[in-house]
Amino acid sequence: MALITVKDLAVGYETGIVASDINFEVNTGDYLCIVGENGSGKSTLMKTLLRLQDPIRGEIVTGDGLTRGEIGYLPQQTQIQKDFPASVREVVLSGCQGRLGWRPFYGAFEKQAAQKNMERMGIASLASRSYRELSGGQQQRVLLARALCAAEKVLLLDEPVSGLDPVVTAEMYGLIEKLNREGITIIMISHDISAAIHSASHILHVAKTAWFGTKEDYRSTHIGQRFLGQEGGRT
Amino acid sequence: MDQLITYLQYPFVVYAMIVGCLIALCSSLLGVTLVLKRFSFIGDGLSHVAFGALAIASVLKMNNQMIVILPLTMISAILLLRAGQKTQIRGDAALAMISVGALAFGYLILNLFSSSPNLTGDVCSTLFGSTSILTLTRQEVIMCACMSLAVIILFVLLYNRIFAVTFDEDFAKATGVRADIHNLIIAIVIAVIIVVAMSLVGALLISALVVFPALSAMRLYRTFRAVTICSAVISVVCAFIGIVISILAGTPVGSTIVAIDVIVFFICWICGQLTGSYNR
Repeated sequence: MALITVKDLAVGYETGIVASDINFEVNTGDYLCIVGENGSGKSTLMKTLLRLQDPIRGEIVTGDGLTRGEIGYLPQQTQIQKDFPASVREVVLSGCQGRLGWRPFYGAFEKQAAQKNMERMGIASLASRSYRELSGGQQQRVLLARALCAAEKVLLLDEPVSGLDPVVTAEMYGLIEKLNREGITIIMISHDISAAIHSASHILHVAKTAWFGTKEDYRSTHIGQRFLGQEGGRT
Repeated sequence: MDQLITYLQYPFVVYAMIVGCLIALCSSLLGVTLVLKRFSFIGDGLSHVAFGALAIASVLKMNNQMIVILPLTMISAILLLRAGQKTQIRGDAALAMISVGALAFGYLILNLFSSSPNLTGDVCSTLFGSTSILTLTRQEVIMCACMSLAVIILFVLLYNRIFAVTFDEDFAKATGVRADIHNLIIAIVIAVIIVVAMSLVGALLISALVVFPALSAMRLYRTFRAVTICSAVISVVCAFIGIVISILAGTPVGSTIVAIDVIVFFICWICGQLTGSYNR
């Protein structure tokens, strides 16, 4: 059974449906890239996948023993975080919050997990630095380490490279690819289709009629060619 | 100094000290979260609601005014924190509406129905804090101490969750933290603190107790834990100094404490600027 199966999903708010007829499945080890134009409902879809909001129609089935809370999430940065006084360690540890259950404090296990994931992201040396003083790329690594603390199986990344310079962007993609090779399933939203399609295994194109398939198939479809061509022409 | 020691022999002065420091401690603990969540003004709004509720309670000539004040303030706190997320009227507008509305109705009700001979004096002392902190009874001190203790214990137990929810609510929710319940708890605790703090600094100045220590601590420290501890220390020290000065110099308690808070903020701000530029 697939890790996540989405059937006839429609997402949106009370005011209306943003995207509908979304069908796809994600298997362990996949690297799914969700693309689409601005306002096509990518972020809404991701929020629905995370159960932050309810689907309007359709269903999301999780399989392979995947439960809610086992999906790590790399959100877009919020305004609040820009001047938030917090050390890197505090931020990464907060990823373990969901595991605590009724326990009020972090134990040795959570601290080890945080340390391990900071090392994995190459930010262990920044542990006591303040989050708001880091560069954009370092901040993303911190949030990625936090997401890894929350979940070992699936990561949902919402525009992980927005606002990063080209060098750091390449590093970030490298890091995500590395995690994918280590067996973590990746679901990523991206504007940057040409780079995304490079490493993704599957593509979900969110539009009036959503398209889902492997990267190779996507290249040969009409919608994919148009979207890829557009992006290519722009850069 | 001798004068102070003489004063300290009176139990009411000691009571005032204890209650003042406890209230300052509680309000500063939540202040950090509120300032970071962009809810700095909720203290102000809620205190106006508490003032309105107090007006209703005193017109109804209730013996235990808390029965009216506490629930009304709690309900407003919950509504306001929810309004911050998704409603037709956004957070700051809702806050402005509720706070000014409650203030106006409170004063109106008092004017229309109150039989008090010194209405202006009553209103003034509710708004700016009264000397009532010096007339606390033993029961009141014990009640205040219990409430403060409950707030402190709750805060310590929920510390990690409060951090997670404040830093990134969506992430916390996505990883299985019940963020809604935590927001609810925060709202209720704020309401309790504000109702309790009204007797100390009065309805208009409560925001200062909530906001200033947190902002001062943020000038100096860069981690959540350090900011929280520092703001608690600053708040208690300011409250203590403020009460001492007000007793010795005969100034109003509430505004003296707030004045000290403001001065400390500027000292912290300058220190922060100096060390900040030094680091860079």
